[in-house]
Amino acid sequence: MRRFPLLTLIAQRIALGVLLLWAVSVLIFVGTMILPGDVAQAILGQAATEQALHNLRLELGLYDPPHIRYLDWLWGVLQGDLGQSLTNRADIATSIGRRLSNTLFLAACAAIVAVPLALLLGLLAVRYQGRWPDRVISGTTLTAISLPEFFIGYLLIYFVAVQLGWFPSFSTVHAGMTLGQRLEAIALPVATLTLVVLAHMMRMTRAAILNVMQSPYIETAELKGLRRFDIIRRHALPNAVAPIVNVVTINLAYLIVGVVVVEVIFVYPGMGQYLVDHVARRDVPVIQATALIFAAVYIGLNLVADIVSILANPRLRHPR
Amino acid sequence: MRMPLTAAIGLVVTVTILAAAILAPWVAPYGQGQIVGVVWGERSPEFLLGTDNLGRDILSRLIWGAQTTLLIAGLATALAFTLGSILGFFAAVWGGWVDMGLSRMIDLLMSIPTLIFALVILSVVPSTIPLLIVVMGVLDSTRVFRLSRAVAADIAVMDYVEAARLRGEGRAWIVFREILPNALAPLVAELGLRFIFAVLFLSSLSFLGLGVQPPDADWGSMVRENREGIVFGVPAALLPAGAIAALAISVNLVADWALKRTASLRGARGV
Repeated sequence: MRRFPLLTLIAQRIALGVLLLWAVSVLIFVGTMILPGDVAQAILGQAATEQALHNLRLELGLYDPPHIRYLDWLWGVLQGDLGQSLTNRADIATSIGRRLSNTLFLAACAAIVAVPLALLLGLLAVRYQGRWPDRVISGTTLTAISLPEFFIGYLLIYFVAVQLGWFPSFSTVHAGMTLGQRLEAIALPVATLTLVVLAHMMRMTRAAILNVMQSPYIETAELKGLRRFDIIRRHALPNAVAPIVNVVTINLAYLIVGVVVVEVIFVYPGMGQYLVDHVARRDVPVIQATALIFAAVYIGLNLVADIVSILANPRLRHPR
Repeated sequence: MRMPLTAAIGLVVTVTILAAAILAPWVAPYGQGQIVGVVWGERSPEFLLGTDNLGRDILSRLIWGAQTTLLIAGLATALAFTLGSILGFFAAVWGGWVDMGLSRMIDLLMSIPTLIFALVILSVVPSTIPLLIVVMGVLDSTRVFRLSRAVAADIAVMDYVEAARLRGEGRAWIVFREILPNALAPLVAELGLRFIFAVLFLSSLSFLGLGVQPPDADWGSMVRENREGIVFGVPAALLPAGAIAALAISVNLVADWALKRTASLRGARGV
């Protein structure tokens, strides 16, 4: 315990993450049970006969007490068995596999474009703080933050896809596509996601670096007569790494959620589309499974953010 | 400090939308569900912004939609603030296990992305307007809780609070008479941002088909109804989407100015 304080700290954080994930699974499970009536009633509607309700309840195991149902479900999830969809009887794990990789591909492409761009713009804004490049960048991002995803998405479809015809308006992807075709198909959703996340990430990067720039050691470096860009590169940046990594991972987590709406706009066969389709059909097992996966990715990214900031901050390595 | 041009524009747009929403029965040229023209009709003097996927006047529906959007978002924000700030203040004043328990519960709620959690809940409860307000308000109150708890924790150690405690005042007095008046400024600054969040959140839900249900309409569901037209070059869906953007940007501009103003009044370093 005393000899490896860093390892202990990280192990504690991971344990906390696992605990959180477990609590979230309980919350998701309880969340789908708070309805007036029960799941069977919700699926079949008010007009259902007593016999149909009884059959469905029996099939879903609704006559078991809640904690038994929860444990059954959890045990299945731990073994990779996510259950069966109520609407089309398909195995959920198989349906999700392909869609999850589609979603991760889309999010990864957006991250590859957005992260370096946001950091660069953030640095530029700090370098020219208070002058026109900073004002232009800050003003644009304040506007961009307020734009809903579907406004950006449909603007792109209307002007870039329909009027100019540069890219397809809907992102259909299938197994036989080459990487090039795939990238062309997802160009517009990637652009939308990038624009949505860029503004947030850039603003937070700017704030993080500015925060460091107001420290006394930066003033010392200024008084020594170092060039402004050298100060940023050699003194400010290493200290700003932890907050910036934090900003990036928080925004990646945001990306995972933004994906839901963007997939629906571009009819992209990913997890978000899958979730939304099944919420409308009240397909509870599918919703539980997808929500759990979304939450796991979200918690995982936040965990990474915490661990990186533990590693990057020497003060956290030696807690008193 | 004079009001900058951007904030003035933001204020004018916000007030215009608000007025249109309140005066909807008098200013809207046609009724909300009235079919008056052809499907996706062009702009004309009769229909200033054209007609939608069923032949209803888009301008009228935008005005009626403003009413629904602002009402739901406004009430959800009010609920989030009442619930979040009262719980936050009490957590800060009470301390100990009450604070601990509440804070951990909020952490748990916030560890699931808001949209995903809302989808989970809306998959089992019907999307009626009162339920939408409750779901949105409760989920958003987590963020207000965090802010108000942090603000109140700073105030709770002040001498005048200590004096009130020694006088023998109850917790309710301390929360409502000592802490609330002093915590109001930062909370009001946050109000605008939370309201925008509620508007965008409601629009996303409605756009996904899980928010406001027909025959009622808000701006998000108008985007949903007209989205098929985009591919044929009919920009009808862009109008409600643009209206959401315009409202969000203007409220943001006003809130940004208000934030800067309160910061400079307190003598913070202007960044």
